[in-house]
Amino acid sequence: MTFSIPPDRQYSKSHEWVLVDSNNALIGITDFAQDELGDIVFIELPPLGEILIKDQIFGLVESIKAVSDLYAPLSGTILDINSTLEAEPEQVNDDPYDSGWILKIELKDLSEIKTLLTADEYGDQTN
Amino acid sequence: MSNLPHHDQAKWISQSVYEPLLSEKNMTEVSLEHVPLPSNLKRNSLTLPSLSEPEIARHYTRLSQMTYGVDSGPYLLGSCTMKYNPKFTEDVAVLPGCSIHPDREPHTIQGTLEILHTLQEHLATIGGMDAVTLQPPAGASGEFTGILIIRAFHESRGDFSRNEIIIPESAHGTNPASATLGGYNTVEIPSNGEGRVNIDALQAALSENTAALMLTNPNTLGLFESEIELIASMVHDMGGLLYYDGANLNALLGRSRPRDMGFDIMHYNVHKTFATPHGGGGPGAGPVGVISKLETFLPAPIVIKTTSGFDLFTPENSIGKVHGFYGNWLCLIKALAYILRLGDSGLLDASAKAVLNANYLGSKIQYEIPFRPFYHEFVASSGEQDAAEVAKRLLDYGVHPPTTKWPLIVSQALLVEPTESENKTTLDQIAASFNKISNEDQSTLKSAPNSTTVGKIDQATAARSPILSWHSLDPSL
Repeated sequence: MTFSIPPDRQYSKSHEWVLVDSNNALIGITDFAQDELGDIVFIELPPLGEILIKDQIFGLVESIKAVSDLYAPLSGTILDINSTLEAEPEQVNDDPYDSGWILKIELKDLSEIKTLLTADEYGDQTN
Repeated sequence: MSNLPHHDQAKWISQSVYEPLLSEKNMTEVSLEHVPLPSNLKRNSLTLPSLSEPEIARHYTRLSQMTYGVDSGPYLLGSCTMKYNPKFTEDVAVLPGCSIHPDREPHTIQGTLEILHTLQEHLATIGGMDAVTLQPPAGASGEFTGILIIRAFHESRGDFSRNEIIIPESAHGTNPASATLGGYNTVEIPSNGEGRVNIDALQAALSENTAALMLTNPNTLGLFESEIELIASMVHDMGGLLYYDGANLNALLGRSRPRDMGFDIMHYNVHKTFATPHGGGGPGAGPVGVISKLETFLPAPIVIKTTSGFDLFTPENSIGKVHGFYGNWLCLIKALAYILRLGDSGLLDASAKAVLNANYLGSKIQYEIPFRPFYHEFVASSGEQDAAEVAKRLLDYGVHPPTTKWPLIVSQALLVEPTESENKTTLDQIAASFNKISNEDQSTLKSAPNSTTVGKIDQATAARSPILSWHSLDPSL
């Protein structure tokens, strides 16, 4: 099975994607991750304003198969949360790279960006 | 297939057939006129179902036909040992003398205490242990009791630094849960290529922080831990204890004793190894056996034999009580009834047939079984097919599914335990069902089950929009 890995963004080893836009970044989980998890039923996230620290757990995703931790791909402050997911967590299954985005952060340390994987590198990891 | 037995589930719900709830049948207004309660405690009206005995009997018989149990057909749920339970044990449990209130002076319940003492002795013999408590009300409760005893033992020697319990990756999920609940950190060790404890990984995990190793033998792949004596000496040399999870003891009954393998403490799932219909959350009983140096820490009370009869006894350094009174008494009496009816030769026969049945079934099914030789259960892989869908499809063939997708060591795992109670004809039917499914296409699997009372359940919607109270149920739906 091949999974979608858009080349316009970057990835973490723990299967989150990051779309950087100047000082901000949009974060979600990859197509591979949503497929592994199966039907997602609940997503737990911290409140707005909370500070994420790179590689640390910031939330969890519950599917009918498993509960899995979410790891911060970068450090930063939460600016926005996709509130649609509260009622419709299936958006992450249906459209992980667009309407299934999870949160938006203001980056703390731009130098962290270079630690992320490119689409090609992430593709190699999931193969 | 046509000559093989069928165990299809009765199908009563369709668009035209619906079994109403009792509260939807013949409701009658009850007169409250002569109720001798103060008027401020009385309600204005009360309706209750008004049904005859045959209506009640038919209602519950109908409900029982809508589900699947071990009385309907084979029940392959691996590691759970869902074997047929002989009905005579129920007859014993409902004898008038077995319904005595436990809060009585020991000299007035000598018969009850003799039964408990006899079971303690038999369990001690079966496990090779020196003393047994019957209190824990389930296997996991037995594990937790064991963990508390392990802690009490180390602390009684002034050893407060041990904070780790080692658990193999194939362990039952209750093992790390019990260890964590008991205040320990768990250290998971991987299996070796043969599905058994990896000796190098164990060596690396052992330290002066090791309180104990928890082990199931045969393990959840059905494999005997052939290096158990080496494992035991490694743990003991480091000052740790060895805990035996008795969930799979039915494979070894009368043939091998955990004590002889080096175990210091163990629990017995009497509802699996002996008798009591279980599943659906109980009831069960998880007695714990220990070697003599741990006897002083057992929960209170245990039953002892004195010169004048039987008495209750609190061990000197007891960890306290882990359940009310003497444990789940009715499960215990059924276990004793089973042990006494089968006797030595019957128990030997039970373990032999449990292993023979699993191996016969394993030899007949086409799915790959990566790890061998196995004992009373085996783990097959459904390969490219989704194990959960294979499980649902088995229901269409009148077979209760095995445990699926666990242990994680095998991908698309089907953990199959036919138990000793099935005969060759039924095992042939089970094998034929597996083999037919192994050749079915994905769309057939995805739509299953089709012949059951309730079809494929939408788990995602159930989890996303759960109905958590009967208030949310609309009877008109």
